[in-house]
Amino acid sequence: MVEKVHVRTTLNGEPTEFLVYPYQSLLETLREVIGLTGTKEGCNDGNCGACTVQVDDRIVDSCLVLGVEVEGKKVTTVEGLATPAGLHPLQQAFLEEASLQCGICTPGFLVASKALLDREPKADEHRIRHWLAGNLCRCTGYDKIIRAVQKVGATSKPARATAAQATAKRRPAGARK
Amino acid sequence: MHPFNYVAAKSVDEVTKVLAKHGDRARCLAGGTDLLVQLRAGVYELDAVVDIKTLPAANVLTLNGSLRMGSAVPCHRIYEDKAIAKAFPGIVDGASIVGGIQIQSRAGMGGNLCNSSPSADTVPGLIVHNAECVIAGPKGKRSVAAADFVTGVRRNVLKHGEFLLEVKLPKPDKGFGAAYERFTPRNEMDIAIAGVASSITLGANGKVKDAKIALAAVAPTPVQAKKAEEFLIGKEPTAANIAKASELAREAAKPISDMRGTVEQRKHLVGVLTRRTLTKALERAKEAK
Amino acid sequence: MVATRKPATGRPVNGKHNYKVIGTRPIRHDGLDKVTGRAIYGADIKLPGLAHGAVLRSPHAHAIIKKVDTSRAEKLAGVYAVITGADMPKADNREVDLGEGAANLKWASNNVMADDKVNYRGQPVAAVAAVDQNTALQALGLIKVDYEVLPAVRDVREAMAKGAPVILSGLVGDDLGKKVKNTNMARHFRHEFGNLDEGFKKSKLVVEHEYELATVHQGYIEPHNATAQWTADNRVTVWTSTQGAFAARRQIAGILRLDDSRVKVIPLEIGGGFGGKIPVYGEPVAAVLSRKCARPVKLLMDRKAVFESTGPTPGGTVKVKIGVDAKGKMLAADADIRFESGGYPGSPVGAGAMCVFAAYNIPNTRIDGYDIVTNKPKSAAYRAPGSTHVAFATEGVVDEIAEKLGMDKIDFRMMNSAKEGTRRADGPIFPKIGHEECLAAAKNSPHWKSKLVKNGPNGKKRGRGIASGYWFNIGLKSVVTISVNTDGTAALVEGSTDIGGSRASIAMQAAEVLGIPAEDVRPVVVDTESIGYTDVTGGSRTCYATGYAAYNAAQSVVSILKERAAKLWDIKSNDVDFKDGVFFNKSDAELKLTFKQLAKKLDETGGPVSATGSVDLSAAGGGYGIHIADVEVDPETGKTDVLRYTAIQDVGRAIHPSYVEGQIQGGAVQGIGWALNEEYFMDQQGRMSNSSFLDYRMPTTLDLPMIETIVLEVPNPIHPFGVRGVGETPIAPPVATIANALYDAVGVRFRQAPMKPGRVMEALAGKK
Repeated sequence: MVEKVHVRTTLNGEPTEFLVYPYQSLLETLREVIGLTGTKEGCNDGNCGACTVQVDDRIVDSCLVLGVEVEGKKVTTVEGLATPAGLHPLQQAFLEEASLQCGICTPGFLVASKALLDREPKADEHRIRHWLAGNLCRCTGYDKIIRAVQKVGATSKPARATAAQATAKRRPAGARK
Repeated sequence: MHPFNYVAAKSVDEVTKVLAKHGDRARCLAGGTDLLVQLRAGVYELDAVVDIKTLPAANVLTLNGSLRMGSAVPCHRIYEDKAIAKAFPGIVDGASIVGGIQIQSRAGMGGNLCNSSPSADTVPGLIVHNAECVIAGPKGKRSVAAADFVTGVRRNVLKHGEFLLEVKLPKPDKGFGAAYERFTPRNEMDIAIAGVASSITLGANGKVKDAKIALAAVAPTPVQAKKAEEFLIGKEPTAANIAKASELAREAAKPISDMRGTVEQRKHLVGVLTRRTLTKALERAKEAK
Repeated sequence: MVATRKPATGRPVNGKHNYKVIGTRPIRHDGLDKVTGRAIYGADIKLPGLAHGAVLRSPHAHAIIKKVDTSRAEKLAGVYAVITGADMPKADNREVDLGEGAANLKWASNNVMADDKVNYRGQPVAAVAAVDQNTALQALGLIKVDYEVLPAVRDVREAMAKGAPVILSGLVGDDLGKKVKNTNMARHFRHEFGNLDEGFKKSKLVVEHEYELATVHQGYIEPHNATAQWTADNRVTVWTSTQGAFAARRQIAGILRLDDSRVKVIPLEIGGGFGGKIPVYGEPVAAVLSRKCARPVKLLMDRKAVFESTGPTPGGTVKVKIGVDAKGKMLAADADIRFESGGYPGSPVGAGAMCVFAAYNIPNTRIDGYDIVTNKPKSAAYRAPGSTHVAFATEGVVDEIAEKLGMDKIDFRMMNSAKEGTRRADGPIFPKIGHEECLAAAKNSPHWKSKLVKNGPNGKKRGRGIASGYWFNIGLKSVVTISVNTDGTAALVEGSTDIGGSRASIAMQAAEVLGIPAEDVRPVVVDTESIGYTDVTGGSRTCYATGYAAYNAAQSVVSILKERAAKLWDIKSNDVDFKDGVFFNKSDAELKLTFKQLAKKLDETGGPVSATGSVDLSAAGGGYGIHIADVEVDPETGKTDVLRYTAIQDVGRAIHPSYVEGQIQGGAVQGIGWALNEEYFMDQQGRMSNSSFLDYRMPTTLDLPMIETIVLEVPNPIHPFGVRGVGETPIAPPVATIANALYDAVGVRFRQAPMKPGRVMEALAGKK
């Protein structure tokens, strides 16, 4: 008899708890259990990126993560990008650059792009394309998406070393996290 | 899918106990990028999954000349580590092309090995680096060469109650270089039509002291092109010898025709990729002298 | 590896105009919801007591259903209802006008739930509603179906071969007017003008080839969804992502044997369609499940089902033969177009016939078109359906003729170009069209003028190709209602589901007439009970026809407001003028009111102001595109990379240039995928092997360069702002463009799509 599991996590900055069956994916958990439908299902097998969310400091396909796995972790979805102060610069740029047509891939692209610019604000076109290759779009041909990311990158400050990079520098080779 | 329970393993014993208890109705969960897809497709019906990402021993990643990679370590940790990227570029070649960024946040070499698909991108690299697989089970630990780990399509040496704990790569000899390259119709998010890893160790005299060539997606398991390897040993690493070795590697390929490619195409690609990876491995070997 | 170049900026080459709103780039009205995750798409809908459904689909491409045993599934805890074809109302065998093609209701019903037979792998045979998704899926596993497997007919050649299994026993084929039984050929028609034999006799050079294309899918990222509730008063409410709420209603009502008015379709936001979300799939099934269990039922398709069970665009063959005189003037052209319609008739072969020679002025032509039933999912429209296929053929032959004559590729096309007054090869005479303008723009484009170094790094070979494409666009019916708010803004109600930014373009057209900013017109897309009949968002008709309806509604609003101003100034309404958003008293220049000022006075001048515009446009303005591609081929692997791509298109008028550019870029990229990698890979038993995004290879960000666009405006005389429609034309040229580029790169003419690496390798090996 498989029972639901009580999970405690941080979702878009807020402590959140929920009950979920072990076999339910994080995608299903977000959409059906928690009720945040901004993250979309496109293929349910890790090939389109529409379900991209951030878990701790990494983007993942939430269709390939179990809901129970985010115990104690930080999850960011598209609903967590804007603040009371306003839209995230990427959201604003997507609107200005017309980087969406049907919009179904947009949440995934926003979360993925944000993760890139957080660590590499000056990523060039090739790097942006490489980073976003796990997100499929069928409407735009990607052109205006890339331009929106470049636009935000151009106006942002060069990164201080991210936490991970700084730790890597300090940590002797071979030491574990 | 069939409802299963989830166990966040905290010790090696815990893992082997659950696996031993459920037999083939329990599997380890590392990145989940193969397992969840297979569960949905009904490839497996499980009562339990054991998460080894919560197991410290499966998350080891240490470079001490030799390299130890826990079986749950995701690809991005490998290629983002500058020291590892410098010491083992031939491993990073494979680790950095498994799926896209989202997949690489989760998928790792351990899972790639245990999934045992003929087209696994990280396995040929492990073979040509003489990697050793450390297996934990109810009776303790044992080691198997990476070259012997995969035994058939989706089949490997793991017995009832066992799981892959880590993969060890010995410190490369002076003059060692390796590379992996695959052919895919798209530039990312794709699966190898054919893949080849090559390693070359140059002796002090500049001749090939050792060579290893492992092929992906052209047989039920990753396959070593032994005749090509033997041909190169003791010879000058000239373009002509590399070309001949590539031809011999082609003969070792036993591919099928399927939706991803035909026999002819795959054999041809093996020749091309062997030449390219041997050339790259040689470059790296020269730099490492 | 994609070459990195400075991105082009792309400004429309404007026809002259003084518009205030049209041609600007406001943020789309629905944009905020879409970038924050608030927008509700079909799969997002939540309802009290919602049951989750799942569909059991045939594993066989062709089989008789002998028995379906659902007894074990019905007993599973958490299962609310199980249905099969026996539960479906028996629909009439009558045609229903969808605007974008007719649908036979019996076949449409069988397509959503088979009863006696399955004609494609993936055809639904049973469905379940349950407490949750997982239970529904488990229940499917408990349904036992006995099939008698029949041999599968896998393509047009097999279907037409002597002794081929007959897929639809009730099909009466129409062979040039003659009725044919026991056939897979649903229709054979012909268009013929002039004297073909004479034309070819006089020709100095005749080139003829056959081209073959694999089946490809529209590839929208959002799978199909359908939620339905059948209430005790025998009414059905449907929430769905659809390209046309009214078209969906008509299909659903027909299949359920209900009057249209008993079905209410509420269109939610839609995640792509490209024609594939015009047919209904889950809606009638969800409705019947709902009736059985007295709950709303949500049916979501998984990606495998999207590939295997929904309409792809047909594969098929296109033979084109063109004859030219010594100077290069086209004298005669003959085409034989054979499309597979899938398990039921109705491929877009008619549309293909309209496009095949549309770029050229040819005095003697004949086109034969065949609609052929095969054991594949019933084909659906895919963005300018048929045009890509025929352009692949015609533009390949054109390229070859130009080369053999030693003529410049653009000059040859220009010499033969269709223009106003030319007869299209299926009959209609062209009004003002822009093919010549596109050719001229191509010739002047930075891309065409740039030098291409033929030898790339590491032995790679580079080449450049150019090709022309056409789509006729359609008009049909739309209704728009505009109401004025007393704060000087306007509410705009319309029924065109918004797949790509159309509600903004429609609002902009109304704003232009009303003389207010685009942001001050608030558009909303509503259900079938809230607006007049509106045809599908497809056929590139939305900005054109619904925009026209909005224009009409806005003009009516202006008329009413003139009366209100007249009332205020105590003059006759024809003494009131309206210009640039200001109402003037013709005889007293001091007396004027802005739209906003007048809106404040609605209550004192007669109350609310609202007007409706309704159109039924029988004609539309066709659009041409010319694409240029630079490719780089690795001769060792056959891999082709697109280095540079330019799409030139006449859009009539670019209402919102960003979305116009976006349509062009998106269509071009779909075409690039079609050219290089996309295909339905069928096994010996007629089953699709690659029904996932892993092996159905659509281009990723890393597979493409920036897509440069050159937007031309040759205004469409019918539309008040000159709109032609933009969405479909851009998918017509790319496959031909890439083929011509490959020829320039490696000297091989590809006549089979996709031009995937294995095929390129084989061709290069054959060449040696």
